[in-house]
Amino acid sequence: MNLFKNMTPVLLKGDRIVSNKIMMLASITGSIAAVLIWWGVYKNLHAASKFLTYSIFKVEQGTHFGFALEFFFYDLPKVMMLLTLVVFGVGILRSFFSPEKTREMLAGKSEFAGNILAALLGIVTPFCSCSAVPLFIGFVTAGVPLGVTFSFLIAAPMVNEVAVALLYGLLGFEIAAIYMGTGLIIAILAGWIIGRLHLEKYVEDWVIQANGDATSISQDKMTWEDRIVYGWETVKEIIGRVWIYMVLGIAVGAAIHGFVPENFMASIMGKDAWWSVPIAVVIGVPMYSNIAGVIPVVEALLGKGAALGTVLAFMMSVIALSLPEMIILRKVLKPRLIFAFIIIVASGILVVGYLFNILI
Amino acid sequence: MEIKVLGPGCPKCKKAEKIIKEVVSESGSDARVEKITDMMEIASYGIVSTPAIVVNGEVKSKGKIPKINEIKAWLKM
Repeated sequence: MNLFKNMTPVLLKGDRIVSNKIMMLASITGSIAAVLIWWGVYKNLHAASKFLTYSIFKVEQGTHFGFALEFFFYDLPKVMMLLTLVVFGVGILRSFFSPEKTREMLAGKSEFAGNILAALLGIVTPFCSCSAVPLFIGFVTAGVPLGVTFSFLIAAPMVNEVAVALLYGLLGFEIAAIYMGTGLIIAILAGWIIGRLHLEKYVEDWVIQANGDATSISQDKMTWEDRIVYGWETVKEIIGRVWIYMVLGIAVGAAIHGFVPENFMASIMGKDAWWSVPIAVVIGVPMYSNIAGVIPVVEALLGKGAALGTVLAFMMSVIALSLPEMIILRKVLKPRLIFAFIIIVASGILVVGYLFNILI
Repeated sequence: MEIKVLGPGCPKCKKAEKIIKEVVSESGSDARVEKITDMMEIASYGIVSTPAIVVNGEVKSKGKIPKINEIKAWLKM
């Protein structure tokens, strides 16, 4: 990109339009080439992982270790590549949204429609749980109903691009779609229930008094070049944050694949172990772990006989609810509301867990 | 001149504070840079995404780390 930027001053002013066209053409051909290279590498990962394990590292074929190593060399680049592509795409999409715009869209919305819109916007609005508190205050003082605010706060971390990319890469399209769909339904219904219960009095008093001046600040105009830069920055930031968890998670997953006997998990996390779903939720709720590390382990457990519903419940409770987040939210919510929030979301996850264990 | 960096302590907020302080000291401006972590004060500016940068009481940037050029432009005002 910079290369072309530096070239433009050489051209005369009258050629500006022409140079813009050249730049456009160059970036389009560049993007197509990048996608083709990406696809070529992606398609050949399996062969490469076999070659690396058995020819370069000279591990004996058919051993536990060889199987685990091959698995590791296949999954790690695959997931990294998928993650880069998905995060970049979502980054471009997110450059069209901001929490301020989302707030404007949600202010004064009726309850049920508002919950649905809030959960959907939760996917595309740039959000960091570290700024959940200013976001909460900003939403509530601008007239976004409490339940609608919660739908957003549940969906934003739960249905995120890292989770969806990893689920798609490791477990396939169907499970990624099931996760997204049920995550959205939980966010919509849990928010709606919180709204119906009229828990506004359990928001800390100072929040209501805070007079946030909700006049929107003019949004910076972004060009397509800015959006592409924004997309790449998102990729660097997210990959930089999660890669270590991913490597660890895939290593543990690969070890499980190679060494744990088939059907080992069936008795502990299988369909017939009815108590496994609530236990998965109870362990998952306080746990704060990076989703990039959890999903590869979960995938390995599924391969060893764990039931989908149980595993789904565990993943959701790890991502949607966490102790650090509750501590942050305690600044704006009284304990009763935090408690209600945890119970309602956890119940939703329980229902999802049982539902999938029964259905599949 | 008074510059406020509004942010509860997210990683981006710390980076924003650092980069602004660097640009200010390089430019030799007498601007005062202050980090605001108090939620009440952050909320009073009506912003939803952090870090937000307030220059002389006016919100100039929000939800991102400002670019060096932007900071220089504020300092010239």
